[in-house]
Amino acid sequence: MNDKVVGPGAGAAGAPCDTLPKLLLRNAAQYADRPAMRHKDLGIWQTWTWAQLADEVRALAIGLRKLGLERGDAVAIIGDNRPRLYATFAAVQSLGGIPVPVYQDSVAEEMAYVLEHAEVKIAVVQDQEQVDKVISVAERLPRLRHVVYDEERGLADYDHTHLHAYDEVQRLGRQELSANAGAEGWWLDEIAKGKGADVSVMLYTSGTTGRPKGVMLTQENIIVSAQNGNKFDGFGPDDIILAYLPMAWVGDHIFSYAQAYAAAMCVCCPESPETVVEDRREIGPTYFFAPPRVFENLLTQIMVRMEDAGFLKKRMFHYFLGVARRCGEAILNRQPVGAKDRVLYWLGNLLVYAPLRNRMGFSRTRVAYTAGEAIGPELFRFYRSLGINLKQLYGQTEASVYITLQPDGEVYPDTVGKPGPDVQIRIADNGEVMFKSPGVFLKYYKNDEATAATKTPDGWVHTGDAGFFDQRGHLRIIDRAKDVGRLNNGALFAPKYLENRIKFYPEVREAVAFGQGRDYVTMLINIDPVSVGNWAERNNVSYASYQELAAHPQVYDIVAARVDELNRALAEEPQMAASQIRRFLILHKELDADDGELTRTQKVRRSFIADRYAPLIKALYDGSMECHVVTEVTFEDGRKGVVEGDVAIRDMKVYPSRAAEPLREAAE
Amino acid sequence: MKADVEPRPIAGDRSAIAPGEVLLSLEHVSLSFGGVKALRDVSFDIRKGEIRAIIGPNGAGKTSMLNVINGFYHPQEGVITFKGQRRRDMRPYIAASQGIARTFQNVALFKGMSTLDNIMTGRTLKMRRGLFAHMLHWGPAQREEIAHRVAVERIIDFLEIAHIRKVPVGRLPYGLQKRVELGRALAMEPELLLLDEPMAGMNLEEKQDMSRFILTVKDTFDTTIALIEHDMSVVMDLSDRVVVLNYGAKIADGTPAEVQRNQAVIEAYLGVSH
Repeated sequence: MNDKVVGPGAGAAGAPCDTLPKLLLRNAAQYADRPAMRHKDLGIWQTWTWAQLADEVRALAIGLRKLGLERGDAVAIIGDNRPRLYATFAAVQSLGGIPVPVYQDSVAEEMAYVLEHAEVKIAVVQDQEQVDKVISVAERLPRLRHVVYDEERGLADYDHTHLHAYDEVQRLGRQELSANAGAEGWWLDEIAKGKGADVSVMLYTSGTTGRPKGVMLTQENIIVSAQNGNKFDGFGPDDIILAYLPMAWVGDHIFSYAQAYAAAMCVCCPESPETVVEDRREIGPTYFFAPPRVFENLLTQIMVRMEDAGFLKKRMFHYFLGVARRCGEAILNRQPVGAKDRVLYWLGNLLVYAPLRNRMGFSRTRVAYTAGEAIGPELFRFYRSLGINLKQLYGQTEASVYITLQPDGEVYPDTVGKPGPDVQIRIADNGEVMFKSPGVFLKYYKNDEATAATKTPDGWVHTGDAGFFDQRGHLRIIDRAKDVGRLNNGALFAPKYLENRIKFYPEVREAVAFGQGRDYVTMLINIDPVSVGNWAERNNVSYASYQELAAHPQVYDIVAARVDELNRALAEEPQMAASQIRRFLILHKELDADDGELTRTQKVRRSFIADRYAPLIKALYDGSMECHVVTEVTFEDGRKGVVEGDVAIRDMKVYPSRAAEPLREAAE
Repeated sequence: MKADVEPRPIAGDRSAIAPGEVLLSLEHVSLSFGGVKALRDVSFDIRKGEIRAIIGPNGAGKTSMLNVINGFYHPQEGVITFKGQRRRDMRPYIAASQGIARTFQNVALFKGMSTLDNIMTGRTLKMRRGLFAHMLHWGPAQREEIAHRVAVERIIDFLEIAHIRKVPVGRLPYGLQKRVELGRALAMEPELLLLDEPMAGMNLEEKQDMSRFILTVKDTFDTTIALIEHDMSVVMDLSDRVVVLNYGAKIADGTPAEVQRNQAVIEAYLGVSH
């Protein structure tokens, strides 16, 4: 059906569908009786067809018009994923308004900033909780005129002068439609007035530093990105997606709204955020996105439940998991696999993989994506070996999501894939990834300074991430560009990349790499007390404290073997070969947020650690094999104590780099 | 975009008592177990549409009071009037059929049954078809079950427990079990809801949730509530009037502010130096 989707400018058959409301009208005509949205309510999946959806959107749009919505006005949308809130996007856009989705869990203060900055005129929210938040900051929002809510519970006693039920607004619209014969034609005219260059949506990025910025995306940005995404994986009207990630996040906006409209996919909204797993199982989405931690939790749950299973089941599970590890990925990638393995995999699919996929709600999943942070190769391979086509992508709000994606058959755990359709990528001299694509945002709202700093006059965008292309032409993201430094010999040094790689090993809990302005790379390592403690128990290694376990020579041997593995892998990577870890030590205490070594979100505070453990770092670079260290620690109740002891340092073997020349041309 | 089933008020047959009038009154009620006097000459009333708190130190007779109200205990002396009718020889099931529902201090659910089934049991008194019709399942019994299921699903939605709809109650954490118990009591569409320490053992967030539910129940389900609670900040925030018991006797009765200032109450809670 994608052939019939008319891209911006290509007006072959009828009017070009260059805005999302026009796509809605097309779908309502072409796919009138096919499901557009589903929502589980009172325990039953309720369905809206495209024709019904268009009808709801029309009633809402005309109702909003009655409340005073004009072309160019901003409308905030706040709540969990609900069909009515998705319909609000289309209703607002049909009148030329600009929807501004806001993270539903943000506190009133954060919400106030966004609503104020975006000059929101109407807020459409889910329930009392959100109404309360908006009302609590309403006096700071002189432009805010009306608040519309979906769920009326608890709101009966509120002052309804500027507060309206969603039903009520739709009723206003329907009244107008029946009283005024021209209303429908007026609405269609308004839609026809929309063009690809109009601002489609404003998405506020939850920046780690400073105030959030409002990213303005045009209809064309969004539609071209959505169409490219659909083309890349072949999505069509038979596909089903579960919408459960925040509506204010660009990914959800593109996947669950734009791509769904472009391909006439069915979007399903879960009953509540807590029921997502169960709802996914009932729906069986064909397209699924989740950040790595969701996949991690799923795996943990399965493993825990398998521990409780009977002996026979456990044996079968582990045997066939072994088979899958051996040949599952090759089968998924359509590579040649021996006849015996094929038969075993077929049997395993019958007995283990298919039931597991069903349990997780992936029975019908053709494509699953993960992004956002690095995913462990073991975890990644686990899902792929079960026959789930899990892939990685790399994207940004400023790009309308897609920068790179992994094509089917070319999926590697350590890359984020190849440039998406119509996307150009180049690597700046400081290693920063830059891109140019039809999805590149218009500008940041009311922030020309930030726009100029991010987007060059000829349309290239700084991602802020450092990366490089490997021999296969795949992009690898290594770190935030500002954290990437150089060794004394000029080679790239990306501490987070090294730390993430070593942290994928279960024995390593945390790691801090040093090398900026040094001759070689060294590392402080924290062992994982659970995993290493487990090992110690099984191998009759006795220990009294974390410190004793961490200093045990056998533990050092285990970690040294992991570092050696990593060094060997790094030697294969031209850009990273110089970053092989020359010396490491295992820290005598766990890095802790109470001591200021980690942030509250468990991120390493590199410079603080460098100061605090200066003697250890000095020892790592002066050739000594041992260092005495005294460290003050803060206990959970706030008391302070001292940990002291000798920490051993290990020298590691460095492998010669395999590839001589960095392959930059892959970038072109 | 609306569910197929039109919303309708959950409340069933209601008395004609207007809000603010006396719904239940107790006059000179005394209860003793052998030599132990659990309640001594207690009189107070509960008015339609209010949240009435019953507080007091441990062993003051609060739970006995609730047990008297829903007919589990029979006071030796005194008169109880509910909905204008003087009661005698009360039994819990009669109290239930008259519109009194309750939750218990120690959760009393069917542990092996799911949340859904537990709440469904709250509809028992509203089932009109007999055992035989329900065994046959099809026809009128099925229609009736669907109607009740709609009512139960509304409660599940209201209490935000959709994610545990099919989980056996015994596997749930305590705070959620309390919520399921409230759900079961609500399923009866009671006129008077008795809550025995609804927030015991809960953390702050769970308490806030429960407070929100109680307030909303009062408003949207048109239910009068009597609750026993130890958390004074909860009592002061939620209730319209408070009655204070000590050693089985009433020592104070009034608005939260009045009770807080009452010397006898302060002494009962903090003790006095002699």
